[in-house]
Amino acid sequence: MLGAVVGYAFAVLVWPGLLGAAALGWLYLWIARKLTARLQGRQGPPFYQPFFDFVKLMGKQTVVPGGVNERLFRALPIVSVTATTLALVIVPVPGYPAWSFSGDLVLLIYLLEVPMLCDVLAGYVTRSIYAQVSATREAVMSLGYNVPFLAAVIAMAQHAGSFRLGDVQQAPIGPVWLFAAVAFLLAVPARVKSNPFSIANAEQEIVGGSHLEYSGSSLAMFELSHALEVVVLINLFTALFVPAVGAGVLAGAALYLAVSVALVAAVTLVAATTARLRVSQAFRFYWVWGGLAGCAAIVAAMIR
Amino acid sequence: MSVFSKLLAVSRRKSPWIFHAAAGSCNGCDIEIIPCITPRYDAEQIGVVLQTTPKHADILLVTGAHTRRLREAVLDIYTEMPSPKAVVAIGSCPASCNVFYGSPTLVGDTIDEVIPVDVWVPGCPPRPQLIMDGIAQAARLLAEGRTADQQGRRT
Repeated sequence: MLGAVVGYAFAVLVWPGLLGAAALGWLYLWIARKLTARLQGRQGPPFYQPFFDFVKLMGKQTVVPGGVNERLFRALPIVSVTATTLALVIVPVPGYPAWSFSGDLVLLIYLLEVPMLCDVLAGYVTRSIYAQVSATREAVMSLGYNVPFLAAVIAMAQHAGSFRLGDVQQAPIGPVWLFAAVAFLLAVPARVKSNPFSIANAEQEIVGGSHLEYSGSSLAMFELSHALEVVVLINLFTALFVPAVGAGVLAGAALYLAVSVALVAAVTLVAATTARLRVSQAFRFYWVWGGLAGCAAIVAAMIR
Repeated sequence: MSVFSKLLAVSRRKSPWIFHAAAGSCNGCDIEIIPCITPRYDAEQIGVVLQTTPKHADILLVTGAHTRRLREAVLDIYTEMPSPKAVVAIGSCPASCNVFYGSPTLVGDTIDEVIPVDVWVPGCPPRPQLIMDGIAQAARLLAEGRTADQQGRRT
């Protein structure tokens, strides 16, 4: 009993939860920033940059804007981090089989939506008109990118015949796998709000993202939540589409890291070489191409 | 000093996020700030990120001869920045009003009368290297707790 509690606590706080995922997330954010800089002919930030940014923000004053519900203002980033941490714990990674239970995929999808909801609420709570525009854009975008994302996840679940991540991980590779992976990958840039889908955090048009009124430790929590979200998405991708990761611990870990870095590099490459789209263009992209990929995946899963 | 405060000091030195406010400048200094974030000088090497809102910034770069109309705006921006914060005055205008000295549209002799300045970067306009050096100096002051804001000095 006590052993199980310690095991759960370790999973939530250390690996694959808060500490381990934060370190991984900062590594990925550094790779993205460094690669962007190198592609632009710059040197880029030093290795520890995201970590120092986080510590510095933790040590700063948090200014709560006037006329804002302070409790809600301070709670939103913490809810966002908590939900992402719990999402991390239910996705299997190499050396960690996760607490697999029937329907964990459904819970995971809900937990993955929480950071987006917190962002939207943060935009409205702070009463800044720019943050409100950003919140609106983010809410609209979520209706777009969730089409291929949910279709990919549902197709894989249908293919495996179960909403248990452990079962989906064991599903054989086939045409469903291909279409679902394409649909999933289409949704990733918009989920991490990178170019060309950085519509909600367009600093040249609407000053910044929905947390532009946030500062100090609350802002640090939102930044941490973003880093964790990147890790969850990568973990989910490897769990759904790279079944070999579940094989041996060492080989699995090496493959997992290779796939993660490749995914981060690909998203960064797209971000560094494209310009921001308008909301209508991005929405059309997701409903046409994302929708096609999603339909293909679901049809393939149905007919088998 | 505990381990955490040491770590915090290093982080403040390594991660200066800047916000740029023009207090009635001729645009010369503002043009010289932009090269700092281009490939040639690349201030991101020392952790600098140009922020779009004062709420996210640690260091305020202020240019220009602080006109009467922009006095309130500059003061607002400074007040909105969360502590600890530093101010770097770019160019000769904030320090002395430069060629605009004696104009009825200006308030006071230096911008130090509006917001407390930590680092002065002289020049008309200063070179980007010197601006980068000013930012690095301000970041060091933040780490050592020697900025006007950390010592409680107001204007």
